[in-house]
Amino acid sequence: MPPAFPANWRNDAHAKVTGRTKYTDDLKFPRLLHAVPVYADEVHARLRAVETAAAAAAPGVVRVLTARDVPGANRVGQIIADFRIFADDKIRYHGDVVAVVVAETRDQAIHAGRLVRVDTVPLAAVLDPEVALRDEVLVHEERGTNLINTHRVRRGDPEAGFREAAFVIEHDFRTPFIEHAYLEPEVAVAVPRPDGVFEIHGSMQHPFSTRRFVAACLGCPLPQVEVVGTPMGGGFGGKDDTAAIVCARTALAARLLGRPVKTMYQRGWSIRESYKRHPYRVHYRMGVSAAGLITAVECRIVADGGAYCSVTPWVTWRSTVQCCGPYVVPHVHCDTLGVYTNNVVTGAMRGFGSPQMNFVVEQMVEIAAARAGLSGIEFRRRNMVRQGSVTITGQRLDNHTVSMGEVLEAVLKEIDYERKLSRCSHGHSDAAEFYGIGLAMSYRGVSLGAEGVDLCAAILNVQADGTVVLDLGVHENGQGAESAMVILCAGELGLEPDQVRCQRASTSTIPDSGTTVASRGTIMGGGAVVLAARELKRKLAAAVAETLRCAPAEVRFGDGRLHGAAGASLSFLEAVQAVWRQRERPHACAVFRAPSVSWDEETGQGDAYFTWVYGCQAVELAVHKQTGKVRLLGAVAAHDVGRAINPGMVAGQFYGGMVMGLGYALHEEVKLKDGRITNTNLNTYRLPRATDVPEMTALIIENPDPASPSGAKSIGEPTNEIMAPAVANALFHATGRRHFSLPMRPAPPWPEPASTEGAP
Amino acid sequence: MKLHLNGRELTVDEALAEKRLIEYLREELDLTGAKNACDIGACGACTILIDDEPLKICLKRVKDVAGHRLLTIEGLAEPDGTLHPLQQAFVDAGAIQCGFCTPGMVLTAHAFLRKNPTPTREQIRTAIGHNLCRCTGYQQIIDAIAAAAVAYRDRETANGLVSPPS
Repeated sequence: MPPAFPANWRNDAHAKVTGRTKYTDDLKFPRLLHAVPVYADEVHARLRAVETAAAAAAPGVVRVLTARDVPGANRVGQIIADFRIFADDKIRYHGDVVAVVVAETRDQAIHAGRLVRVDTVPLAAVLDPEVALRDEVLVHEERGTNLINTHRVRRGDPEAGFREAAFVIEHDFRTPFIEHAYLEPEVAVAVPRPDGVFEIHGSMQHPFSTRRFVAACLGCPLPQVEVVGTPMGGGFGGKDDTAAIVCARTALAARLLGRPVKTMYQRGWSIRESYKRHPYRVHYRMGVSAAGLITAVECRIVADGGAYCSVTPWVTWRSTVQCCGPYVVPHVHCDTLGVYTNNVVTGAMRGFGSPQMNFVVEQMVEIAAARAGLSGIEFRRRNMVRQGSVTITGQRLDNHTVSMGEVLEAVLKEIDYERKLSRCSHGHSDAAEFYGIGLAMSYRGVSLGAEGVDLCAAILNVQADGTVVLDLGVHENGQGAESAMVILCAGELGLEPDQVRCQRASTSTIPDSGTTVASRGTIMGGGAVVLAARELKRKLAAAVAETLRCAPAEVRFGDGRLHGAAGASLSFLEAVQAVWRQRERPHACAVFRAPSVSWDEETGQGDAYFTWVYGCQAVELAVHKQTGKVRLLGAVAAHDVGRAINPGMVAGQFYGGMVMGLGYALHEEVKLKDGRITNTNLNTYRLPRATDVPEMTALIIENPDPASPSGAKSIGEPTNEIMAPAVANALFHATGRRHFSLPMRPAPPWPEPASTEGAP
Repeated sequence: MKLHLNGRELTVDEALAEKRLIEYLREELDLTGAKNACDIGACGACTILIDDEPLKICLKRVKDVAGHRLLTIEGLAEPDGTLHPLQQAFVDAGAIQCGFCTPGMVLTAHAFLRKNPTPTREQIRTAIGHNLCRCTGYQQIIDAIAAAAVAYRDRETANGLVSPPS
């Protein structure tokens, strides 16, 4: 019998629903000082001096910190160490921090911050990535170029592929900067401990990268910094570099002043300084044969990386690998460029380079289908990856269930797609509104792929009363990661929910397992937990097999007991005690190593990811003929998650990702004017509200993955990468107009109803 | 200055009259369920109930609520820790992810259901239309509120401080 976990079980639900959960800003510390960042109203300028005397003399101010106070490294980064903890030589974007004011109260610090003066020499700013590529104005002079990175795919013979084509379609697409808009802004507390350790509590999603940044800034060994996992009010990929740097500045203040220090961000500072989803410009050509098969794709992708590198090379790598969507294309030429500008920094956000490309590809296939005289669905069926297909990077998809067709058919059936498609208005309606339905689908490489070393560890430490403490390398970002791990652990060991507890994460106790990003928490963390539980079971079974009159391999775990031959059984606690009696510790540590991947940067060929997930989303909408106002009528999603560990939480990922995708489609855009963000709070940065979104249906498809010890794959990001093109296709079917940039704001006059898609 | 907070009467030092209400609750009383998130009344994470009506308190001063009845999330469950049926519904429906919007969302829904214990899903959407959530897409929050509505149809529970007999 499986353990008695209620549906939607979470280990933190009770505390959260009663308001007792302590997020970083809720923690209390004696003699706490408050730090606030100070910015200069410059976008690109040489920084000659930061004048702090007036601020330092203001009431309550204890100290004003600048780059000169950093004892260790002032430049940090996960790939290129170019991100300034404090602006030193130049100001490179409007969110660069020139100083931090530390005072007895936050209001005093904010007030004094206005007294900091900067001596700058303004420089011409480069705000357009295509212009930046001319290298006339350099963001980082020492690099000699604004090019951060390139990636490519070279497959087959694209020229021959285009010659074979019956027709070629060609379009340009643009996507905007997007704000993560986690409800909890950045916040950090640093506490100098008597043992010389700086204890960091913070709203960040990567404790180990935070520890690296803090230790680098302080110039101290890693163990002298202990980052403590603290409940986090949302992240969505956005609480890595910037959040870690906020922790580093706070730790520096605590070190210099010998007192606990808190930095709590206002929303305006958060939006001004924190990194965003990359805006993309994509030029895309697709050749299609008379039989409706894609013969060739040529594309050029330019990503605005903003002022610092962050993870632009990794984000753009995923875009490159997935640049043709889930379709078999024999001839591909793709060039991808990440570019420095003086715009706000861009980095990781849920989707990580895929939402931009899917917005392109999933419209291109519909445009091509119409030109070929096929439905978008038939065109997809002819071109999509199937079991054993070879991807555009030369990877054969044969080590897992390729369920592209299964998720597509599930959505078509659930929403009654083909019947509703025939009812679409196509720009002609006698009613007040046009009606449209549309869909999009994708495949997505799971976890880091060839971006990095991919492993995860878990430790099970059984206590004297037979309960289990679980130490994890994955981080609770609010998504329910800990709960999924507890359910897996208890399930393997045959225990009840209250017999397994996740230990509060700390970089001093948990194994460094990389960051909880790339939708890798459940597959990597779950893999480690299952392997550790199996190791523990071997230990327990070996100790009691004789008593249970069976071979160790025959011992079964369930109902809190170990079962052997002919009804013989022992309680879990009795088995644990048997291990102790043999002078063994009931303890297990296991590492789940992702199966190997490969990549050749020259050709852009290789087995990019060790497994893939498949998803499809459809949406119905109405567009008001006079105003263009869009009313969403319903949405359906199907995603193959491998195995759903906590189905209610999986559905929650569906809904949340779909709605974030609807925001991307219709509302959201970080607006910049001359490099300065103009919508710096949640009244002007327009998030979807409950009244904006439709009823949604989540279809969880399960094909357990052989490479995953738990069978589970991914769900966080796949849900967020295809709603925008689904909306785009629905809008086309409603109004007859294509939208090549985001957000989409349909408005009259509408195209002539007769206009055919794909016409040049 | 008097406040009625979570069923208790409280005397507040006049010196605190100008203090931001959210800081007073969070710092002086350690009632940290109301969150600082936008500081301009745009997101709803700081929502509490004033005389049974949801109010975003980030822009309010202590003196603004003198003499009024306040309910924060900490006052909704029973003293022995038993969850209010609405809170239990949030747990059961999977309506909680990061949890940062949850206190404001629960209190907004509580005020709404006391006035309308037989709502449509559209009416629920409108009721929570000014409380932002970035995690859930609202669907399971609406499920929770719809499921909890039945508990509000019993007059006994209408004051929100008494659970229905189980």
